[in-house]
Amino acid sequence: MNDNTAASGGALPAQAGSAGLPPEAPRTGRGGAPGVPASPVATFMRSGAARSLGLVVALVVLFVVGIITAGDRFASVDNMLTILRLASVIGVVSIGMTFVITGGGIDLSVGAIVALASVWATTLATQTIANDYHWTLMVTTALLVGTGCGLVNGVLVAYGRVVPFIATLAMLAAARGLAEILAGRRTQIVDVDGFTDFFGASVLGVPVLVIIFALVAAVGWVVFNRTTFGRRTFAVGGNPEAARLAGIKVKRHTMMLYALVGLCCGIAAIMLMARTTTGSSTHGLLYELDAIAAVVIGGTLLSGGRGTIVGTVFGVLIFTMLSNVFTLNNLSISAQSVAKGLIIVVAVLLQQRLAARSTST
Amino acid sequence: MSRPTTPLRKLGVIGTALAAIVIAAGCTSNTADSDKNDSGGTDSAKAGSNDEAGETVTIGFSGPEADHGWLAAINSAALDEAEKYEDVELLAAEGTNDPSLQISQIETFINDEVDAIVLLPTDGAALTAVAIKAMEAGIPVVNVDREFSSPFAARTTILGDNYGMGVSAGTYACQLVEDNNLTNPVIAEIAGIDALPLTQDRSEGFAAALKECGEEVDNRVAAEFTVESGEAQASNLLQAAPKIDIIWNHDDDQGVGVKAAFDNANRDEFFFIGGAGSANAMRWIQDGEMEATVLYPPTQAADGIRLARLIAQNKGLSDLVQVEVPKRIVLNAPVVTKDNVEEYMPLGFES
Repeated sequence: MNDNTAASGGALPAQAGSAGLPPEAPRTGRGGAPGVPASPVATFMRSGAARSLGLVVALVVLFVVGIITAGDRFASVDNMLTILRLASVIGVVSIGMTFVITGGGIDLSVGAIVALASVWATTLATQTIANDYHWTLMVTTALLVGTGCGLVNGVLVAYGRVVPFIATLAMLAAARGLAEILAGRRTQIVDVDGFTDFFGASVLGVPVLVIIFALVAAVGWVVFNRTTFGRRTFAVGGNPEAARLAGIKVKRHTMMLYALVGLCCGIAAIMLMARTTTGSSTHGLLYELDAIAAVVIGGTLLSGGRGTIVGTVFGVLIFTMLSNVFTLNNLSISAQSVAKGLIIVVAVLLQQRLAARSTST
Repeated sequence: MSRPTTPLRKLGVIGTALAAIVIAAGCTSNTADSDKNDSGGTDSAKAGSNDEAGETVTIGFSGPEADHGWLAAINSAALDEAEKYEDVELLAAEGTNDPSLQISQIETFINDEVDAIVLLPTDGAALTAVAIKAMEAGIPVVNVDREFSSPFAARTTILGDNYGMGVSAGTYACQLVEDNNLTNPVIAEIAGIDALPLTQDRSEGFAAALKECGEEVDNRVAAEFTVESGEAQASNLLQAAPKIDIIWNHDDDQGVGVKAAFDNANRDEFFFIGGAGSANAMRWIQDGEMEATVLYPPTQAADGIRLARLIAQNKGLSDLVQVEVPKRIVLNAPVVTKDNVEEYMPLGFES
C-alpha cells in the first residue's frame, strides 16, 4: 500500500538513474513475492529510505554547504547537538502529524495544544503541587492536556463528522485562547528543580531532549510499519470505505489518531518547557505549518494512505539545519524563509516525479 | 480483526478520561500570582494643582491586544492611572490586533462624544484616517507609541524612543569595550520581529552608536518577541560565534528564552544587554546575571491618559511655563545597570 511497488516497472532505466535511483529497482516489481528472495536493492527500495533519497541528498548538500561556508563552527559536535536539540520539539509534533495525515486527516491545532499543555503544566498551582510531591506531575499534566485536546479533535472529526480542517481550526483558536486565559498572558517560569535537572541533562553527551526525539521517532516507526495499528492507519487513509468493509473500526481509529497527535503535542510541550524553562501561550506558534511542511517534504501524501516516518525526520532536520547554516553565515531571516519555500517546492516536485515513475505502468 | 467494543470498555475509557480531566483541572489556578504588577510607580510623582479634581471628563482608550508582557503592562498601567483620578471616566475598548476593529472602536468613541481619545494603534498608518475624523469632530486624540502618518491626526504624541533605545544600547556597548580594553570585540544582536519599523529603528540606532566607537555588529539574528523564538535564535547564534564579547537583545520578553539558550549552552563569557526593562531582566541585573537593560517605558499609555485629561480640562503641564500640553513628547531610553536598578525596579513589568 505505501510502498512504491511498481507493478511493471515502467520507468525507463535512464530516467530512474537520473533521479538517483538504481535502474534495476523498478523491475523488481512486487519484490515481496513469496519464495523469491528479495535482493538487497529491492529491500532497500521498499524501505522508507528510498523514498527519502531526495531528502538525504538535500541534507547532504546542506551539510556540505555548511562545512564549506562555516567550517569548524558548523561541523563541531556542539553545533550538531544544537541542531538536533532545536529539531527535537517540532520533530516530535511532526511524528504525530505523520500519523494523522497518513490516516487521511490533518491537525491544525498542534501549536495551540503545545501552548496550552505548556501553560497548564506550569501554572503556579501545578508547580506548587509538583514541588510538594514530584516533578513528574507536571509531565503527567502536559500529557493529559495534550491527549485530551487530541481526543476532543478526534471525537469531533470521527463521530461529529466535522471536517478535520475545521474541527482542528476551532481547536487552534480555542486552545490558544484558553492558554492565554490560564497564563494571563504572562510567561510562566519553570521553578521545579527536578524537572529542569532531568530534562536539561545529557546522557553520554547527548541531551535528554534529543534522546526523547529519537525514542518517539523509533517507537513511531515501529508502530507505523510493524503493527496492526500502523497498517490500519494506511488503510483508513487510503480508502476509508474499503477499510470499513474490511472490518476496521474507522471512526474509533480516526479518533485514536487525533489522540495520538495530541499526546505528541503533550510530549513536545514538556520538551519546550525544558528548552526554554517556561510555559507560555506564545509557545508553538505556527507549529502546524512547520510540521505539515516537514511531513509533506518527507514524502507523506497529504491526501492520506501513504506516509513515512523516516522522511518526516529528514524533513524536520532539513529545516532545522537550514536555519542553522543561515545563522552561521549571518544571513537574514527573510532569506531563510525564501530558501525554505524553495525547498518545499523542489522537494515536493521531486517526490512527485519519483512517485509517478514508480507507479506508472 | 479488532476487538469488540463492549459497553464496559467504553465505560472504562470514559471513566479514565473524566479522571484525567479532574486531575488536570486542579492545575489551572494561577491565583497566588500575587506580585501584582505595580507598574506606573509614579504615585510619588507631582501632586501639584493639576492633580486636583476638575470637571469630569470621559476618555476613550484603545490599544492592541496584550499578547506579551510589555503590552500587558501598557494596558494595565493605563487603566490603573485612570482609576487614580475621580474626575476621569475611562471607556476602555477591548484590545485588538485587527486595525479595522480598532477603527470601529474609535468611531464608537466619536459617536459617544467622548472628551478625549487615547490611542495606541495596532498600525499607525491604518488608524490615521479615523484619528483625523475624531480631531475634526473636535475630540483631541493622544497618540501613544506607534505614530500616525499625518500630523493632523493627533493633538499630542507621546512615544518611546526606539532609535534612542538602539543608541543607548550601542553607547553602553562602546563604553564596555573601552572600560574592558576589548580589542576586536565580537558584538552580536538579537533583534525582534524584523519587519516592524520599531525593530529597524532599534537596529539602526545600535549600529549608529557602535560606529561612533569604530565597532559594528558582527552577528545578527532576529527572533519574534516570543520566548521560544528567542531560545531558538540565540542557540544558533551561539554556534555561529564561538566567542562573543557583547550581546544586545532587543526585548526582555524574548530574553527569557535567550537566557535559557545561554544556560543550555553554558555560555556566559559576554556582556548581556537587554531591552524594554522587564522585572525578570532587572532581577537578573541584581543577581549579576545580566549586565544592563535599556528601558522602553511601559507607562506611555498611562502618561497618555494623564495628558488626555489635562487637554480635556484645558490645563497645561504644570512644570512647563507654556500653558498648553506640548505637541510631542519623546520618552528617554535610559540604561538600567546594577548601579541604578533599585530606582527602576518599580517600572519593571512581569513578562
